[in-house]
Parts: sequence; structure tokens; C-alpha cells
Amino acid sequence: MSAPKTLYDKIWDAHVVSQDEDGTCLLYIDRHLVHEVTSPQAFEGLRLSGRKVRAPEKTIAVPDHNVPTTLDRAKGIDNEESRIQVDALDKNAKDFGVNYYPVSDVRQGIVHIVGPENGWTLPGMTVVCGDSHTATHGAFGSLAHGIGTSEVEHVLATQTLIQSKSKNMKVEITGKLRPGVTAKDITLAVIGETGTGGGTGHVIEYCGEAIRDLSMEGRMTVCNMAIEGGARAGLIAPDETTFNYVKGRAHAPKGAQWEAALNWWKTLFTDEGAHFDKVVTLKGEEIEPVVTWGTSPEDVLPISGTVPAASDFKGGKVDAAARSLDYMGLKPGTKLEDIKIDVVFIGSCTNGRIEDLRAAAEVLKGRKIADGVRAMVVPGSGLVRAQAEEEGLDKIFLDAGLEWRMAGCSMCLAMNPDQLAPGERCASTSNRNFEGRQGKGGRTHLMSPAMAACAAVTGHLTDVRKFMELEDA
Amino acid sequence: MEKFEKLTGIAAPMPLVNIDTDMIIPKNFLKTIKRTGLGVNAFAEMRYNDDGSENPDFVLNKDQYRQAQIIVAGDNFGCGSSREHAPWALADFGIKAVISTSFADIFFNNCFKNGMLPIVLPQEQIDVLMKDSEKGSNARMTIDLEAQEITTSDGEVIKFDVDAFKKHCLLEGLDDIGLTMNKAAAIDTFETQAAQARPWV
Repeated sequence: MSAPKTLYDKIWDAHVVSQDEDGTCLLYIDRHLVHEVTSPQAFEGLRLSGRKVRAPEKTIAVPDHNVPTTLDRAKGIDNEESRIQVDALDKNAKDFGVNYYPVSDVRQGIVHIVGPENGWTLPGMTVVCGDSHTATHGAFGSLAHGIGTSEVEHVLATQTLIQSKSKNMKVEITGKLRPGVTAKDITLAVIGETGTGGGTGHVIEYCGEAIRDLSMEGRMTVCNMAIEGGARAGLIAPDETTFNYVKGRAHAPKGAQWEAALNWWKTLFTDEGAHFDKVVTLKGEEIEPVVTWGTSPEDVLPISGTVPAASDFKGGKVDAAARSLDYMGLKPGTKLEDIKIDVVFIGSCTNGRIEDLRAAAEVLKGRKIADGVRAMVVPGSGLVRAQAEEEGLDKIFLDAGLEWRMAGCSMCLAMNPDQLAPGERCASTSNRNFEGRQGKGGRTHLMSPAMAACAAVTGHLTDVRKFMELEDA
Repeated sequence: MEKFEKLTGIAAPMPLVNIDTDMIIPKNFLKTIKRTGLGVNAFAEMRYNDDGSENPDFVLNKDQYRQAQIIVAGDNFGCGSSREHAPWALADFGIKAVISTSFADIFFNNCFKNGMLPIVLPQEQIDVLMKDSEKGSNARMTIDLEAQEITTSDGEVIKFDVDAFKKHCLLEGLDDIGLTMNKAAAIDTFETQAAQARPWV
């Protein structure tokens, strides 16, 4: 019998084209997702060297980072540089014959939401994109990670990547989650535990009862932020939840091919006794709703906590924490729930799916946002937007005083006009709280969609469980 | 790609941990369709004041470090996004090597594609190099890739590890795509076999 393999080992082995003596492999890529920010130089490289896209049918392009999310966006993009980037993608997609969802297509959206939604992302695949949040697709048990633009060009030209194998890391979440605790809290709690460098050099497999119990939307939220923990890829073994999500999607296999695919997908799990280089275990019932207080995704605390002091840390983190506190304008000892916010952003590839919007709407139904708070909901794709409207979620958001936007990356990284002003503080469902991430001088607190909705109503960071008590009463 | 063989230059100390790609090149400079010209905006938010003037406290604005070619950095340098604009910006500024205890994987990879050498060393050795870099322009550090050695201004020699294939590509200035194109037959074979084994892909 062969040695037991991890899920990562199995997918890797199925995609090795060739291996050099030093272990460097040429890995075949099943799906290549492309957006407008990290691809223009790659297409230009192809043109300069007279190369073609090797597998245009396996290449899917969609503009997302720069696109306006206002309702009148059909009139075009005001910012000249943004417009040039989106126009370049239009032209490159056409010239090189790749699959394309332009801004005018209802299926347009954030690349990591579009891929799974249309059945491009399937279990056991290798998926890459010039975007670090490609880790999202690992929720399907596909090996998915971000690449740089030189590698984008390499994949376009050869449909392969030169890779050395990463190490295996297991992150197990045992037991059940408590009420009010979501996939976002899991993924933030893990990063709080491991630090942003904890997964460096590793591919994470998330497992355990609390992970199994998550929907596909929740699993995508968990894998999405594997990169914030330093791991290029996060994986979850496919199961009935996965198969039910995939079945019937536009580009999912049908008929006899579905059966054949299913047979293989059911072999995609980590064998008993397979070796992991690193193991982290958290108890699901001990995870609380969390928020970030600083400017690194590892700066995670339960919402019931208080702002730490720089002296609470060790080594290089002391200076980094002092810098974060200064940037965030926070005093040590302040209760997290006493932190007032100006803006609420609900959206992004982390939390811009239908389930996220439902969670926010549940809090917002019949309520109004606090005076002086600006809040927007940006669905992850045109299809998510249409689904939400079918369910009447748009009315709940509009009645509560939130803006209901078109699909795109929006204020997650503020490359379009959706930005924080200097000093503004945002309760955000996105993935990074870096300095300047949501706009120069902007201050970001990361949290789940339900917690962001609570903050919108109260005007300060708020424990979602207090809202749940109100509803139970 | 430009070759990297041996470099003697000024090293700038950046001891802050978790220097992320948004710090290295803020997103407002990602709206370019070119690879060049990003150096002027490297570290823009730390390097410039709101009125566009230089922040005199930022290390690369100090006279002795304006010509720096090496950065000695705190843990987890280059964490964050996959943007290759980060190494493009550093290279355009004139940086050819970054030394730290750890790098984010994607940034690390992207450096090699741009003729730039990221070097991982244990904390004690980073401490030595950080101290050496604090001497400013009077001190030159030498990085010899072939020998896999760093020599401090005091003559102390520190060995480092580097992936053999990546070293070969840097020393020869090789273009990955050209190398892989030579393996087209193996890719054809893989595609034929995969189409039978997993026709739904």
C-alpha cells in the first residue's frame, strides 16, 4: 500500500507535468482567473513575444477592482487610469479569445465569487489568479492560490506553473459554534492564534466538525483569509455540501461526466495517518464574535475585550502595535464596544455572497442605521444582487438607510471611488485592515456581516449576541 | 531578465515587522498597465507627507540611504496581496536584495521573477546585518549569490540558503516562460492524459 496522503498531496500529484531532480515541478493549471489590475503587463508580454494563450477555454476574465458600484455605472468610468485598465482587459479578453464577463454582464462580479457561482471552480482542480484571495476557491477542495503578474503571463502562455511543493498544515475546528459566531469569526480567530506569518510556506487544510457544518459560502469565507494567515492556499475536503452547491451550475459537468467527476471527487480527502508538518486546533465552542483593533489581520480580539497596550506584546510587535494604535487613534484599555464608527462596508470576496447579505439583513430588518453613519452593501456579483432582490433584501437595506450597490471589489481596497476619508473609521466585512487599505488615513475594523450590521445600527462596535437577546426577548 | 551575480551596496534598515504590500506600493499606484516607473512611489504613504513633501524621518529619504540597494527588514516582509507591483516598485527604486527572517510566499516568488534576491536568515544574523545597515553609506554590504555569502562592512561572512533552480535562473538571467516552452511536449502529453482521466475539466 502507498503511503497515506493529504488532500493537498492528492491534488498536487494529479497535476504534476514534470519534476526536476531538485524537486521543482511543472504543475498543470485547470482554471486561470484574470482581473484587470494584475493582467495588463502579462498580456503585453505575450504580445511582445508573439505568444498566444495556450488554453483560452480554461481562462476566465472579469473586471472587478476598478469598476464603479454606483447604479449609473453604465455611463462609464470617470477616473482615466481605472478606465484604461478596464478597457485593456476588454481588449485583451477579445484579442486572446478568453471567457469574459464585461461590466455590462449580469454575471460580472468579484472574480472569486464569479468562479464558483458559474461552476468554473470544481473539486480537485488547480486554480490560480493574479490575486492573493484566490485561496477562496480552496473551499471546494481545489488547490487555489494567488500568483504574481510574471506567473500570470507564464500560465497564459503554458497553462502551467513552476512550483515547489509547500508543507502541509492542518487547522482543526472541533465541536459546534455558539450562536452569533460565524465563518468570519473562525477565520479571524485562527489568524489571531497563528499570526499573519503562521501559515507561511504551508497549504492549510481546514477540518473538524465546525468546518463540516459550514455552508459553501461559509467555507469560502474561511479559505479566503488563509492568505492573511500567511498560507497561499486553504483547502476543505469536498463533501455532499460541496456537490450539492456545484450541481447544475453553468460550467459544472452534466450527465455521465457528472457521475465520473463525482466518483473522483469522493476520493479527495486526507488519508488516515497522513503527515501534517504543523497542526493547530481550536475549540469551536470557545470562539467568540471577534473584531480587529489594529492594522494587521492578526490583531484580533473578542468583541467583549478592550484595546491592548503596545507593552502587552513582545519583540518587533511592540513597535508595530504602537504604530497601529497611533494610526487607529485608539487608547489602550478602551472597551472595543465603545469604539464609534463612521462607515459600514458589507461586501468583498470574503463576505459578499448571498448568505452574508442574508445575515446582515436579518439584523437590519425593521431597524434604521445610526445618525451620521454611512453604510453600503456591495453584492459580490450581479447574480448575488439579483438573488438578494428576489428575496427582498434590497428593500430591507434601503429601508434601514444603507446604500444598495452594483457588484465589485469596492471599498475592500478602494481602487474605485468607494473610499474612506482620512481619519474615518469603518466596520468592514472585508479581509485586510492595513494602513490606508480602504483609503488613505482610513481606519478599518474587520468583522462578520452580522456584526457590521449591528455597528451600523448602534454607531459603534457591537456584540451581535446583544441583538440576538433582544430578538429572543 | 537582468542577472544577479554579486552585489556590493548600501543596506537600509527597516526593522518594522509585517511590512505589507500596501505599504510597499499603495493601491492608487496599481492602476498602471506598465511594469516600470513605480520606484518614485515605493513606500509612498510612509515616504511622503500629505502635501507631497518628503517625510525626513523615513529611512530611504535620509541622504545616506537614498542609494540603498539592499533592505534589511523585520519579520514577514511583503505580506498581503499578490501584486507584483511591490517588487517592481522596489526594483525601480534600485533595490536588488531584501534580507529578513521571513517573507510572504507570493512576494518571495515575485522577487525572483524580477532579478531580485530575497534572503531568509535566522534572527541572530538579521540582528548583525541590521546593526551593519545602521552605519549608513560608510558601510557597504556584499552579497555573493554564487558563493551564497553575505559579507558585512566589518568582514563578517554569513552564509545563506537559496533554492537551486531559482539561483540558477538569477545567475543566468533566465526567462521562465522560455524554459517551460521547451517542455511543450510534456505539457501536450499531460493534457491528453488528463482529458481522458478528467474530461469534465
